[in-house]
Amino acid sequence: MTDHWTARSEPLLDAEERVSGRKLYVDDLRLPDTLVARFLRSPNAHARIVSIDVSRALATPGVKSVITGLDAPRRYGVLPVGHDETALAVDKVRYAGQEVACVAAETEEIAEDALRKIVIQYELLTAHLSAHSAMAATHHLVHDDKPGNIEKEYHHSFGDSVRGLAEADVVVADTFYHPRVSQAATEPHGTLARFDGADHWTIWTSTQTPRHVQRGVALALDVPAESIRVIPCAVGGGFGGKSETFPQDVSAALLSRITGAPVRIRLSREEVFTLHRGRPENYVRMRLGLRRDGKVTAVECEVIQDGGAFCGYGVATILYSGALLGAIYDIDNIRYDGYRVLTNKPACGPMRGHGTIATRHAFEALLDQAAVALDLDPLDVRRANLLKPNSRTVNDLRVTSYGYPECLERVAEASSWKARRGRMPRGRGLGMAGSHYVSGAANSIVRGSSPHSTVVIEIDPSGRVTLLTGAAEIGQGSDTVLALVAARRLGLEASAIRVISGDTALTPPDLGSYSSRVTFMTGNAALEAATRLAARLKQAAGKRLGLPPDALVLAGGAVRSAPGGPMLLAFQDAVRMAAGGEGQLIEKGSYLPPGEAQGGRFPGSGVGPGVAYSYSAQVVEVQVNEETGEVRVERVWAAHDCGKALNPQAVMGQVEGSVWMGLGQALSEELHYSPQGLLLNGGLLEYRIPGAVESPPVEVFIVESHDPEGPFGAKEAGEGSVAAVIPALTNAIHDAIGVWITELPITPERVLAAIQRQGHGSGAKPALPRPRRRENASARP
Amino acid sequence: MQKEALRLRVNGSLREALVPHHRSLLDFLRDDLELTGTKRGCDDGSCGACTVLLDGCSRLSCITLAHGVPGRSVTTIEGAGQPGRLSDLQLAFISEGGLQCGFCTPGMVLAAGALLQRIPHPSEEQVREGLSNNSCRCTGYGRIVQAVRRAAGAPEETP
Repeated sequence: MTDHWTARSEPLLDAEERVSGRKLYVDDLRLPDTLVARFLRSPNAHARIVSIDVSRALATPGVKSVITGLDAPRRYGVLPVGHDETALAVDKVRYAGQEVACVAAETEEIAEDALRKIVIQYELLTAHLSAHSAMAATHHLVHDDKPGNIEKEYHHSFGDSVRGLAEADVVVADTFYHPRVSQAATEPHGTLARFDGADHWTIWTSTQTPRHVQRGVALALDVPAESIRVIPCAVGGGFGGKSETFPQDVSAALLSRITGAPVRIRLSREEVFTLHRGRPENYVRMRLGLRRDGKVTAVECEVIQDGGAFCGYGVATILYSGALLGAIYDIDNIRYDGYRVLTNKPACGPMRGHGTIATRHAFEALLDQAAVALDLDPLDVRRANLLKPNSRTVNDLRVTSYGYPECLERVAEASSWKARRGRMPRGRGLGMAGSHYVSGAANSIVRGSSPHSTVVIEIDPSGRVTLLTGAAEIGQGSDTVLALVAARRLGLEASAIRVISGDTALTPPDLGSYSSRVTFMTGNAALEAATRLAARLKQAAGKRLGLPPDALVLAGGAVRSAPGGPMLLAFQDAVRMAAGGEGQLIEKGSYLPPGEAQGGRFPGSGVGPGVAYSYSAQVVEVQVNEETGEVRVERVWAAHDCGKALNPQAVMGQVEGSVWMGLGQALSEELHYSPQGLLLNGGLLEYRIPGAVESPPVEVFIVESHDPEGPFGAKEAGEGSVAAVIPALTNAIHDAIGVWITELPITPERVLAAIQRQGHGSGAKPALPRPRRRENASARP
Repeated sequence: MQKEALRLRVNGSLREALVPHHRSLLDFLRDDLELTGTKRGCDDGSCGACTVLLDGCSRLSCITLAHGVPGRSVTTIEGAGQPGRLSDLQLAFISEGGLQCGFCTPGMVLAAGALLQRIPHPSEEQVREGLSNNSCRCTGYGRIVQAVRRAAGAPEETP
């Protein structure tokens, strides 16, 4: 699309409702005679269920129903290859905190009381609580059909990494560890389900993916998907943590059928942490070869992910970790070995920057280690490895627009990189890194060849426009950006367009709000629908005006001969003429990724290909106290290539939030489990997220590379900037005090330990619990 | 479950109800009065989404017993400005992009309002201090701080 887009920031369409507390989140809905349900959760990480006695619970006054695993034993899962979950544990529990029974009662107090009366006899099994012990296990597997507790492993080789490394002037290698972190959205998950009779349900839930919930609940209850109507309420933050069918969705639906009353389940904060579906632990071992001029000759990477008790999105996560070694730099030789491991901990999920965070940290940190070894500026090393737009990577990813070079230059200039890096007083440092993300996964996780997005736009005779989309507004501004796209084509203000989103009964199919796909894919569908409507309007107006349609434009709420020209026909008059006897103008548009964007043909090639990629470069300025180990981020400069900023303020908000979330992971966030597998810090006081006082200013630069296929050139803005900030920070710490931090979070203890190791002149750091020996960085002459 | 009569002034109106002793102010507002603009994010005072004003001072309603504040005056977001008559502070949150998912926003707006009552022209640091009980997972805080300062009359920042 070559249309000129005048950038103007648009508040979220529903900002007034949100700022005044009128927006309805699922817990705000009120239906008469609603029952509340609570889960009984397993105290054991791995145990066989010998018996369950619910009779005393069921006899409690006010209790309406108690269900256990056998009431809904059918397996489901978000990926076709990962149907390994049930709403409530069947036969055995696989993590401490897993849902075993669910009680529906008149009040929460009664339900809680009844939970205590359920008697369960467990037979303990060996619990596998780390990826490494799980991989070594031969008995008591997490799932019997997964030997070695390996959910999936991939071994990808592109080019010849052995030759590439042999040709390098310097080879750097290191290991990296990232612990589990949580999305910790401010709104806890919740569901309200009502059985409407005749095998029909309405489920109001906090979800990014209404259609995945529809499919999952239908699978679990063994009913057709059409039986389930999912209405996503306002979502109080997702970040990937609300992208699947959850036990509360299935249990509330089932309990509503049994009791005949609406059933509400709202998770406590601790239960949200227990449910998890956040990032897995990542153990990364990487080796990078570079020529003297800074050109990367090869990368070899091994990733082990502790994915918890179920597959979830895990197969995609481990594939993203390898696939997105490509598509940001020009690398001829890539070797990737990825292991997704099942353990007796909560299942992980597709958290923002899905799968890319740990490997990006490793890669960008090693680029800097190599730059030091080669005595090159890290900026110049990155400049030496740039891709070309409209190219194909060695792992078969199609790159279209590529604004990364400009991102690098923008943050280098803004931070006075050349003048200040390496030249500040000891303890002060600058670090740089880049990252990228798919702007919509090119391959659907739903099998078939249906469009990934369909949008319907209706214009009634009075000229009112309604846009129907299955994408879910989760606060990221998807409703608003779709209205902007359609409004631009129809010559209206965005506020003139009413967006109805997510409701599976009213809206056309859409995969939902994940993989940063909405602006690009649903935006293209909206643009197609609006373009068809505009053509019909111009056709009808031209007929009336005696002018060829091509001589007309829709602008400023009217038909005109040029955008600033006089009104020839009011918008609603054109609508009436175009509608003729139909009364209503309706068009649909859809989006299906082009085949050439869908990647190569090898096992696992389906994950990684994006229809486009966003790019980010960042510089972090840090102050490190060598006495206390305290790290303070003073400032972040972040440049993000979003193709075209359709709503600049929303883009900046997404980038700022991404950078900030990455900093939380870098500095303080970490989930802890006891040796028995119990979550130890399932609260916001114990799980440390930076607050207003600790959050540094983030200066954002929007880079516009005008993607040839994005709507008006646009790409994603919500995920590509998460990864870069972590290596930018560790690289800044090296600039400040000369040590490399390779394990997160960067606590004062870790910084002091790294300083101490360096003081002893030894490169050894505490060995990660990994099966293989780590190598030290080595330089060849 | 023992209930006792409770009288509170909520958003200017006197409200009376029979309320169990252990009920939190948050539950009283959300369940008894159906004022759902006050949000529940944690139940242990750690997120600030439930912030209300008690006689003009910000208060975490999830860790306040309803019976603990008899006769006091409570302001919730419903009393702080509604569409068509939004406060300057709310308008600043919108114009500066100080909200995304909006779940923390009612509490954030009330906490910021209480801050501006105490300190009409706060510095950036004072705003950050003043909002330290309220967590936001979307914005990274920069735009929230900017919104509060704009509402207090601080000039637009040019980065």
